[in-house]
Amino acid sequence: MSKVTHIKKGLKINLQGKPERIFHQLPLAEKVAVKPTDFVGLKPKLSVKEGDTVLAGDALFYDKYNPDIIFTSPVSGTVELINRGERRKILEVVVKTENDTIEYKKFNIPEINRNNRDAIKKSLLESGLWPCIIQRPYACIANPQDTPKAIFISTFDTAPLAPDYTFLISEYKSEFLKGVEVLNQLTDGTTHINIFQETRANNPFQAAKNTQINYFSGKHPAGNVGVQIHHLDPINKGDIVWTVKPQDVVLIGRFFEKSIFDARKIITLSGNVKKPYYFKTILGTSISSMLNNQITSKKEQRIISGNVLTGTQVNETGYVSFYDTQISVIDEGNYPEFLGWINPGFNKFSFYRSFFSWLQPDREFKIDTNYHGGERPFVFTGQYERVLPMNIYPIHLLKSILVNDIDKMEQLGIFEVAEEDFALCEFICPSKIEIQSIIRQGLDTIKKEFS
Amino acid sequence: MKIIKNLIDKTKPQFEKGGKYEKWLPVYESFETFFFVPKKVTSTGAHIRDAIDMKRSMILVVVSLLPALLFGMWNVGELYYMSIGETTSILESFWQGFLQVLPLIVVSYGVGLGLEFVFVYIRGHEINEGFLVTGMLIPLIVPVDIPLWMLAVATAFSVLIGKEAFGGTGMNIVNPALLTRAFLFFAYPAKMSGNTVWIKDIGQNPQLVDGFTGETILGQKVNMVTEAYSGFVNNKLSMLDMFIGNYAGSVGETSTIAILIGAAILLYTGIASYRIMISVFAGGYLMGLLLNAVAPEGNVLLSTPALEHLLIGGFAFGAVFMATDPVTASQTNRGKWIYGFLIGVFAILIRTVNPAYPEGMMLAILFMNVFAPLIDHYIVQANIKARLRRAKINMIQSDSENN
Repeated sequence: MSKVTHIKKGLKINLQGKPERIFHQLPLAEKVAVKPTDFVGLKPKLSVKEGDTVLAGDALFYDKYNPDIIFTSPVSGTVELINRGERRKILEVVVKTENDTIEYKKFNIPEINRNNRDAIKKSLLESGLWPCIIQRPYACIANPQDTPKAIFISTFDTAPLAPDYTFLISEYKSEFLKGVEVLNQLTDGTTHINIFQETRANNPFQAAKNTQINYFSGKHPAGNVGVQIHHLDPINKGDIVWTVKPQDVVLIGRFFEKSIFDARKIITLSGNVKKPYYFKTILGTSISSMLNNQITSKKEQRIISGNVLTGTQVNETGYVSFYDTQISVIDEGNYPEFLGWINPGFNKFSFYRSFFSWLQPDREFKIDTNYHGGERPFVFTGQYERVLPMNIYPIHLLKSILVNDIDKMEQLGIFEVAEEDFALCEFICPSKIEIQSIIRQGLDTIKKEFS
Repeated sequence: MKIIKNLIDKTKPQFEKGGKYEKWLPVYESFETFFFVPKKVTSTGAHIRDAIDMKRSMILVVVSLLPALLFGMWNVGELYYMSIGETTSILESFWQGFLQVLPLIVVSYGVGLGLEFVFVYIRGHEINEGFLVTGMLIPLIVPVDIPLWMLAVATAFSVLIGKEAFGGTGMNIVNPALLTRAFLFFAYPAKMSGNTVWIKDIGQNPQLVDGFTGETILGQKVNMVTEAYSGFVNNKLSMLDMFIGNYAGSVGETSTIAILIGAAILLYTGIASYRIMISVFAGGYLMGLLLNAVAPEGNVLLSTPALEHLLIGGFAFGAVFMATDPVTASQTNRGKWIYGFLIGVFAILIRTVNPAYPEGMMLAILFMNVFAPLIDHYIVQANIKARLRRAKINMIQSDSENN
């Protein structure tokens, strides 16, 4: 059974610098890092100290509240540096690679069938692949004790400058299918593979066995797994579902094929760069290994691990985040603009037809990081709904979070959302309200309340 | 541009923390952001933001009011010359009207923005642009002959009691511009209705031509005039004339066509809700039809054609610019349909069955402003109940599967 869901609401943000469909092999980076800050709500405890030598697959740190969840090194080498921030919070664990080669720790692989579920979970935990599995509600690392109602894999990304997974996964097709087979053993329910309707023909994902294939069409956020879950099988209080990103499925599949934690993955470079390609590199690679002479603009640039709506800001000495498949480079917008609010705005991108840029709808825009205004109270209504394809009242939900009313949050559907689903609301907000932070604050409150 | 930039660079340190005028920083910034969109960049959440902001949206609403304002100025001048028996060119009429309307605009903005700045200083947050729109709406919904001091008192009342008492733009319950009008209507009724307020100086003008009366169409209907006229009894108005709007009334409310141009701008840019606009007109039209059907013989107001109701008085202006105020309207999409529909219904109902208040639109919108949260409450409760029901069905299903 496969049906097509048309997502009518949303917004396509057409940015300059889409990745070209060219694979480019990068040499192994000199340094690779795993960042505890990539994982929502994680309290890391170190398993190594500076100077230790590790193999790929050796633990670097683990979750203080759930010591079974460990985070392993994607490469072999020496732990060079443990970067700490305020109050000695661990920011990065940096591993220095040696001689351009990776030595792997060998793991024992259990047989893949449902009776073996606990053994499969154990292997995923030991190899450091468990954090690839994200649970809803709360959009955090899944709890290994749970059995999810269903597993959802969104095989396309509609965010600005996002990589084309159909193209990307064509490199790793068998590993992807193996990964789906493994994940399928972890639920008694259905594994959903969600495919973009326009790429239906010749799609590598369709071959996944024992799964439910669903087709989606529409603008961003149609590719967000949260939106897809909402339309397929909405989350109720008490439900737990898991989600995995396509490249993480590949990592899981490869682990079960090769018995090693081989963390090679493809990361795209997009935005203001010379060669916006698909780079074959490794999990947690250093930004400098990717941005080698790529930035030519004289303006100050912002480097984002992830997409421009939900990614994290990194600098040139930083590292790609655990879950991210793209690096976006855009102009910083730290300049004042004279009478900007009255400017006809032929080159300003807006969701509203309030700038003359609507005269050229297909144009690719360059958007910088300027706020384009000051923060105000909620004034306009009915606008968030136009980019949030969920049966949820966004303003009411946000206000219930702001007043910390747990019952109301629950009633208004906080279990169904994650901050990424509200990223477009934040983008179009004329009052410049930090909506994603508010949603995260609400999720954290609820999580604390129910755990 | 360079000069202003230099001036800001030079004076700003005195207003920043530790500076001489530290407490004035919000006031200073309000002026600064008027000239320069700030250079602030994103730090959390989305790295890019839409080019729109509150200033831009509010200015767009002001732009959409311009057709009604310009037509209103011409209309005011034209009626003035008609009342003293002169025929003039369009430009002369416009200039005369401009001179008569300008003081209203100056007083409205002067008093309102002045008070806003006081609150910027007291509250210590940047100015909210809401009054840019309110300040333009107020002159458009009052008679041109209103004494300026009354306008000032009413504006101050609505900014203080109607808005700032609740916490400023975004928190107010009723539409501030309409509150100004309601205040004038109940505090100084003699200056807000009758046949001597709609044209400048008509009460004490020695040059007044015999036979000229400056009543609004609704005023005529209350006085049992069956065929609407403008100025002179034999200057009959057809439906098209009413659509164009050269007759007595509040400054900006008479020309339906100018208002619809504004509506087109608001709808095209997506600033105002089409749901509210459509449903107000629909509600008014259906109510008009219903009343026509039950109207007793000889009752002029009740038997006014439904379509005519939409063209006269403040109906169109209220539907397009007042009912759509997002802060005071219903906030849910479904609620907006109900809210707008009821405004239309009540406006016509008040207008026709209570001739003491022929301007039913104002009261209908204020009334529904107060009820909007109730409508939203029921709409949101329905969403909550649907979610609970879904959870229950789900639980029963999984229970039966387990057994």
